[in-house]
Amino acid sequence: MKKFWFLPLLLVCGMTALLVLLPGLLGVKPVVLWTDRFIYLLVVAVIFLTAYIRHKPHLRLPWRHVLNNRRALVAVVILCAYVCIGLLDSIHYRQPLQGGNAHNGEKLYSVEVFSVLDTLLSHLRERTEKTYSAPFAYQLYAKETLSASDGSQYRDYPRLKYGAAHLQDPAGQRGQDILFKALLGAGQGLIIFAVFMLVMLAYLARRQLLSLKHAWRHCRHNDSMAGLRVALFTLAVLIILSSAIWKLSFFYHVFGTDKVGQDVLYLALKSIRTGLVIGTLTTMIMLPFAILLGIMAGYFRGWVDDLIQYIYTTLSSVPGILLIAAAVLSIQVYMANHPELFESVRDQADLKLLALCVVLGITSWTGLCRLLRGETLKLREMDYIQAATAFGVGHFTIIGRHLLPNVLHIVLIMVVLDFSGLVLAEAVLSYVGVGVDPSTISWGNMINGARLELAREPIVWWSLVAAFVFMFTLVLAANLFSDAVRDAFDPRLSMRGKA
Amino acid sequence: MFAYIVRRILYAIPILIGVNLLTFSLFFLVNSPDDMARMHLGVKRVTVEAIDKWKQERGYDRPLLYNAGAKGLAALTDTIFFDKSVSLFAFDFGSADDGRDIGFDISQRMWPSLAIAVPIFIVGILVNITFAMLLAFFRATYIDIWGVVLCVVLMSISALFYIIGGQFLIGKLLHLVPISGYDTGLSAIKFLILPVIIGIIGGVGAGSRWYRTIFLEEINRDYVRTARAKGLSELAVLFRHVLKNAMIPILTGAVVVIPTLFMGSLLIESFFGIPGLGSYTIDAIRNQDFAIVRAMVFLGSVLYIFGLILTDISYTLVDPRIRLD
Repeated sequence: MKKFWFLPLLLVCGMTALLVLLPGLLGVKPVVLWTDRFIYLLVVAVIFLTAYIRHKPHLRLPWRHVLNNRRALVAVVILCAYVCIGLLDSIHYRQPLQGGNAHNGEKLYSVEVFSVLDTLLSHLRERTEKTYSAPFAYQLYAKETLSASDGSQYRDYPRLKYGAAHLQDPAGQRGQDILFKALLGAGQGLIIFAVFMLVMLAYLARRQLLSLKHAWRHCRHNDSMAGLRVALFTLAVLIILSSAIWKLSFFYHVFGTDKVGQDVLYLALKSIRTGLVIGTLTTMIMLPFAILLGIMAGYFRGWVDDLIQYIYTTLSSVPGILLIAAAVLSIQVYMANHPELFESVRDQADLKLLALCVVLGITSWTGLCRLLRGETLKLREMDYIQAATAFGVGHFTIIGRHLLPNVLHIVLIMVVLDFSGLVLAEAVLSYVGVGVDPSTISWGNMINGARLELAREPIVWWSLVAAFVFMFTLVLAANLFSDAVRDAFDPRLSMRGKA
Repeated sequence: MFAYIVRRILYAIPILIGVNLLTFSLFFLVNSPDDMARMHLGVKRVTVEAIDKWKQERGYDRPLLYNAGAKGLAALTDTIFFDKSVSLFAFDFGSADDGRDIGFDISQRMWPSLAIAVPIFIVGILVNITFAMLLAFFRATYIDIWGVVLCVVLMSISALFYIIGGQFLIGKLLHLVPISGYDTGLSAIKFLILPVIIGIIGGVGAGSRWYRTIFLEEINRDYVRTARAKGLSELAVLFRHVLKNAMIPILTGAVVVIPTLFMGSLLIESFFGIPGLGSYTIDAIRNQDFAIVRAMVFLGSVLYIFGLILTDISYTLVDPRIRLD
C-alpha cells in the first residue's frame, strides 16, 4: 500500500531545510515570532491533512463536491492568493548591518524585523511621502510654503517625492502615462499567465497522453473541465490585475498615502496577515478544547456533562464583546506592568495579537462545544458504539476511533463559518479599542485611523476604501467557500442561530 | 408554569455566580489593584502614596477575599470581593472613576438605547421576514439564487462600512439628516432615522438568509403538500401555514435578544453620538474604567439569561404541543 504521508513528509522536510539553510546563505538572521510558529504548525497540519484526504475516497468525495461549485472555486483561488501573501509575510528575518563586524568578530544585525513580503514590497515601504496624497496623485494633499527659483515664497501643493516623480508635466502626461503603464503591466501579467497555462497544458497532455493541441481542446470543450476553466479565468484576472498594479506601484501611490505618508497599498497588503492570523489561529487554539470537552460531555454524561455544560453556559451568557473587552483590558494592564517579559516592541505586539486570538477563542468555543455535545449524545446510542463497548474497547479508544471521525464534519463547517466573522470582528474590536496593538498593521487600525479624516475637505477617502475593499474580498470569498463546504458536508445540518 | 419559571430562575443563580467569579478573577486576580492604579496613573514615576490614594478613593485598599484585620462577619464583608462583586447581585453597581453613580447613569442612558434598538429590532425582523418570504416564494429560480448571493455580499461588508458610508452619503453629501447627536422628546426622531436605517440594512444579509433556510425547511413538510392538494394558492400556503409554523425557530433567535436591547448597540451609538448604554460601555472601555465594564458584563449576562427564560415561555404561547410542567 502506498503510504500517504511520504510525499507530505518530504515536502515539509524540504521546506524546513529551505527555511533553515537559506538565511545562512543570504547572510540574514531568521526571526520566528510566536504567531509564526503557529502558522508554520498550521501549514504542516494542512499539508498532511490534504494528503490524508486525497488518500481516502470517502473523504475525497465531499471535497470534490465543493470544487464542483463554481462560486466556491473562484473563492478558493482568491483565498489562495490571500494565503500566499500572508505566508510570505510570516517569514521574518533581520538584515545584517553594514560594516557590522564589531569587536569580537560577531556579526551584528539590524533591530528591524522584516518579512519576505516587506522585501518584495520594499519599493512601497521605503518611498514614504510627507503626509496624505490621493491615489495616483503627483501633489501632496496639504499646501506648503515653497520658494521659487528667484527666492520669492508662495503657497502651493508641493510635488510628491516619489509619486509620479518621473513625469515632467504631470498634469498633462499623467492620464496617458497611467494607461500606458497599466496596459504594459497587464500585458506582462498576460505573458506570465500564458506561460503558466502552457506548463499546465503540458502536464495535462503528458498525464492523459494527448498532444498539446488536443489537451487545449479538451480543456476548452470538455464538461469535466468546466471547474478548471472557471479557476483559470479567475487566476488570469487576478494575475493581470495584480501585475498592472505592481507595474504602476513603482511610479505612483496606487491607493494614495496615509497621514504619515506610508503607501496605503503596502498597509493593505500587510494587513492580510493580521486578518488571516485572527481568522485561523483563533479557531486553531480553541479547537482542541471544544472538541475534547464537547465529546466528553456527550459521551460520559453525568457529572462531567453537568460541569462542562455549566462552564459553557456561564461563558456564553456574558455578551461576547464585553467578555473580550474585559479580558483584553486585563491583558493590557498585565503587559503594561510586566514590560520585562518582552524582548522588543515587535515581540509585544505579536504576543498581543496571539493573546487576542486566545481571548476570541475562549469566547467562541462554546457554540461548537454545544453542537458537538448534541451530536455525541446522538452517536453514542448507535449500534457500532454499543458494539465497541460490548467488545470491551476503552473509552478513549471509542472517542478517538469512532466518535471523533464522525463529528469532524461539524468541526470543519464551524471552522470555515467562523473565519469570516473573525476577520470582520477584528475591525470592530480595533475601533472599540480592544483589538490588535496600535503598532500592528491591520484593516481595523487603518479604518480607525482614517475614519476621522472623512470630515476633512476635500475628504480623505482612500485608506478607508482600500481597507474595506481588501477586507470585503477576503470575507466574501470565505463566505462563498463556507457555503459550498456546508452544502457538501452536511446539507441538512441546520445551523440555528448561526446562519 | 409558575413552578417552571421559579425553577428556571433558581438555575440562573449558579450561572450568575459563575459570571461574577469570572469577572472578579479577570479584574482583580490577573492584575492586582496596584497594577490598575499604576496603569491609570502612568507606569513610570508613580509614587507609593499616589497609588494608595488612588486605591483609597475607589475603595480598592482592602484585602481581596478575607480581611484578617476585621472582626466577626466583617472579615468577609469588608473586602473587595464583597464590596465590588457580591453587591452586583443587589444591582448596586458602585461608582465610576469620575465618581458618578453607575446605577443612575444606566437608568438614564437606557432610554436612548431603547429608542435605537427597538425600532431596529422590530422593523429589522419584518424586513428580514418579508425578504426571506420573497426568496422562498421564488425558490430555486434565478431570483432566489441571486437573492442569496446578495445576502452573502451584504453579510461580507463590515458593519463599520455601513455606518461610515451611510453617515457620509446621507448626512454629509445629501444633508438629509444631521450626522450625529441626540435630543430629548420627539425632536430626537431626526437623529434616530439614519442609525435605525443603517442598523436594519446591516442585519438584512444574515437575517434573511437564516429565515429563508427556516422557511425552506418547513416548505418540504407534509402539511404543506396537503395544503397545496386542497387547492390553496401558493401565497396562502406561505402565509397561513409556512409562516405560522416557522414562528417557533424564529422565536428562538428573536426573543432571546429582547432583554439585551437595553444594552444598545456599541458601534451605532458611538458613531452617532447617542448617549445610550452602548456608547457608555465603549467610553468605559476606552478610558479603562473597570467599574463600568464590570457592571455592564454582569448586567448583560442577567439580561441574556432573562432572555433565555422568556424564550422558553414564548414557546408555550406559540406552540401548544410544548408544555412546561
